Amino acid sequence: MSRTYTIKNKLVESRLFLNRIIAAFIVILLLTSGLIVRLVYLQIVGHEHYATLAKDNSIKIEPLVPTRGIIYDRHGKVLADNTQSFSLELIPEQISNLDETLLRLQTLLNISDEKIDQYQKQRKRQKRFASTPLLISMTDEEIAKFAVVRPYFPGVDIQARLVRHYPYAELTSHVVGYVGRINETEMKSLPIAEYRGSTHVGKIGIENTYETELHGKTGYAEIETNVQARAINTVNSVPPVPGENLYLTLDIDLQKTAYDALGDFNGAVVAIDIKTGGVLVFASRPGFDPNPFVIGIANDAYQALQSSEDQPLYNRALRGLYPPGSTIKPFIGLAGLEYNAISTDHNLFCPGYYQLPNVSHHYRDWKKGGHGSVNMSEAITQSCDVYFYSLASTLGIDRMHSFLQQFGFGEKSGIDLSGEKPGLLPSREWKRQQHNQSWYPGETLITGIGQGFLQVTPIQLARATATLANKGNVVTPFLVKNIANPDSNEPAMENHPSNIPLKSENVNSIISAMVNVIHDPHGTAKSIGKDINYQIAGKTGTAQVFNIKQDAKYNENDIDFKLRDHALFISFAPADDPKIAVAVIAENGGHGGSVAAPIAGQVIKQYLEGNNEN
Amino acid sequence: MKTETRSEQFHPPSVIGNILRRLHIDIPLFIGLFLISLLSFVILYSAGSQDMDVLMRQAARVGLAFLLMTALAHVDPYQFKRYSALLFGLGILLLIAVLILGQFGKGAQRWLDLGFFRFQPSEMIKITTPMMVAWYLAEHALPPKPKQLLVASILIILPTLLIAKQPDLGTALLVASSGAAVLFFAGLSWRFILAISATLAGLTPILWHFMRPYQRDRVLTFLNPEADPLGRGYHIIQSKIAIGSGGIYGKGWLGSTQSELDFLPESSTDFIFAVFAEEFGLFGCVGLLALYLLIISRCLYIASQAQGTYSRLLASSLAFTFFVYVFVNIGMVIGVLPVVGVPLPLISYGGTSIVTLLAGFGILMSIHTHKKFLPHS
Repeated sequence: MSRTYTIKNKLVESRLFLNRIIAAFIVILLLTSGLIVRLVYLQIVGHEHYATLAKDNSIKIEPLVPTRGIIYDRHGKVLADNTQSFSLELIPEQISNLDETLLRLQTLLNISDEKIDQYQKQRKRQKRFASTPLLISMTDEEIAKFAVVRPYFPGVDIQARLVRHYPYAELTSHVVGYVGRINETEMKSLPIAEYRGSTHVGKIGIENTYETELHGKTGYAEIETNVQARAINTVNSVPPVPGENLYLTLDIDLQKTAYDALGDFNGAVVAIDIKTGGVLVFASRPGFDPNPFVIGIANDAYQALQSSEDQPLYNRALRGLYPPGSTIKPFIGLAGLEYNAISTDHNLFCPGYYQLPNVSHHYRDWKKGGHGSVNMSEAITQSCDVYFYSLASTLGIDRMHSFLQQFGFGEKSGIDLSGEKPGLLPSREWKRQQHNQSWYPGETLITGIGQGFLQVTPIQLARATATLANKGNVVTPFLVKNIANPDSNEPAMENHPSNIPLKSENVNSIISAMVNVIHDPHGTAKSIGKDINYQIAGKTGTAQVFNIKQDAKYNENDIDFKLRDHALFISFAPADDPKIAVAVIAENGGHGGSVAAPIAGQVIKQYLEGNNEN
Repeated sequence: MKTETRSEQFHPPSVIGNILRRLHIDIPLFIGLFLISLLSFVILYSAGSQDMDVLMRQAARVGLAFLLMTALAHVDPYQFKRYSALLFGLGILLLIAVLILGQFGKGAQRWLDLGFFRFQPSEMIKITTPMMVAWYLAEHALPPKPKQLLVASILIILPTLLIAKQPDLGTALLVASSGAAVLFFAGLSWRFILAISATLAGLTPILWHFMRPYQRDRVLTFLNPEADPLGRGYHIIQSKIAIGSGGIYGKGWLGSTQSELDFLPESSTDFIFAVFAEEFGLFGCVGLLALYLLIISRCLYIASQAQGTYSRLLASSLAFTFFVYVFVNIGMVIGVLPVVGVPLPLISYGGTSIVTLLAGFGILMSIHTHKKFLPHS
């Protein structure tokens, strides 16, 4: 094998290299001269121009803040809009003694120290020439008071600003959310150019999830200003692009019905349009008035909200974790049928308690004395615990876990709100990881009646119910139907992630048992079946807040209200052609049948009968 | 006879010179770097709102960087040559590691957290890329043949793309130019240089045609910052006002008014030249450029005196890249080049770039002070 070597010619290489060094040096000199020419142009030719700009006049880039998009409900009712309001604003650059000015303003307009602190914090984040509000939503009296003395306050002025307004106040606080002043952490994560001039940002709810769409695009104006920073000429401007309007699937009238129906109970109601997954009702009670948050809520008012026992700031529909109680039974029953663990005509005798082999512990039925002999349908209709203890024992935790998982238990529903809790669907593996313990058979039993580790959120429960009504076609809930365009329809169901393979005769027998819950004389929610010309399928639930000792008797009159059981109800209607699924949780409501079911009944009635009228 | 005269030239008689020679320090280069570092403190004090803490932190970094430079000056250039490929390979691996780790974190990822300090592989690759290309080309006769050109191009493009993907366009550009500089000094034919420039210029409209609208938008903002006056363009407008208002003599030290009011966030870093120009005027600017030119000239002189192809190529590339740094930063601040995040070398606040730069000067000093006195033809 032969290789050709190029012989290095040192002399040629050296000369070539030296030439290149000289060439490089010339290039460097030329480019440097270019820089100097440009500097001469800026500093000698342009000096006067730039010096004027710097000293007497100045080009200021004024951001033009876009108007925030409006949020509508499904019928076009306004849930969030912008109203004109007057604010007192200061430009630090033009104020010789800021502290003294603030003090004078404080005595004049009776401003709290807290507001001054808030202002100071916001001011430090802004440029010295930026106008920063001290008071938002001034009263007519405040405006009049300041107008008189305005000449004595250079750099302080009243500005008209748009302020976010929520007409339905506490009714929409947990779903629409609210905007608030941009805080320091948000300042770091928001795109600085886009938010130059913006004072508010969506904090929770739809306002937060759809911040980008609602905010719009900031425009700007290049303004020539004089020494007093008064604009003398607009050189160039690019208008802002307003934020996009959002059209929700929410029905605010239905939301109000649900919220009012909860009455004095804390809790949540979630209703889903089964055909689309659109959320019709997303109520969490108590709510709070979000409007003070927009203008900066006073510290004591905020403390009061935060320390209230009813926890009004807590979004129960999205983040509330409850044991599902007996509302889990239709799903467990369906699991039994699907896994062939039991047949619909199998009868079981319920003596009022259940015992595991060789264990003395009595797992009690809610009905002392028992239900006697019951089949699947009767067990669901009457909510027999013993039947489901037995079924759970046959199924085992592994099969229950994998079956319930398909209905979305233990995972976020995917609704377009942030901060959702995934709930808890226990499994052997979870318990080993979390508690470093093996799974006990007794835990399987109580999981079968929706107690124990199992925890669900109201939105999860509504979603699972809608999926069941949809015969296993998984429903993904969402709130925003449309962005900007009010006319286009809700997205169709087609592209849903998964279908649960279910035998239709199994689903049908569970649904007919759920119909019996309302329409059978023995049903636990028979009270809401009267005077309606359609059928509702549902299931009541009662979730224990605390454990009763083995031999003690539960008497709701004897115990503290806060320790009373939660009342739950899941339902959908019409049973033969499901349109709406509703989940209700009334905290400390006692019984699902008497407290939670009527709330769902009202929502369904208004939705179906209201629709019929149209 | 000849050897003797050379060695005489190489042993300055003074005591200090003797010590410095033993330290392997090149006196003219050292003086230039020292002066510019002093100047850096003077400007930083003004630009950083006269905060002594800022100065102390910077002083600590500069001190460390000078130590590293001295340490590298002691290493025999043969060792750099020997480990070129290894260091380059290591740098590439680290860049890939950073990209992969970046997938897990959010947004841009440039750092590798080593626990006790954070390390930026893209800084290391700024030096190892010219080392690698120089090492590869030095193995063959110069000027490079098409095959070597192809290999060298890949050696340059690989780290460039990896850094551009971080995304750090400024550094990617500097790495590419440091590699390209090696090719230039290796004697890449002028015809070829012209051909490449023409091809690149010709490709631009075609590339433009295939871009999506949002990508075009980005390019437009990149080329014309004035189109984005709320973002980076804001700095350019303000920086031109600051520089122009400085005039011939400047407003004097601590006299900057524009930087104080408007663009404080970057006035200590990428836009520090605007503060300098406002305070020291055209005279100051020309003086600063002259100081930079002196350093660059000394480096090119060192390159011209270097022994062996590897040392020559590396030294000249490091010298030229230093100029590119200066040119890109000042060009950006005075509004003739697009805004890319490149600091003003040796003056901007921040540690990483100073360490890399002084490491490069350490290598240059090593090349200059480790000459072997072989008789040559």
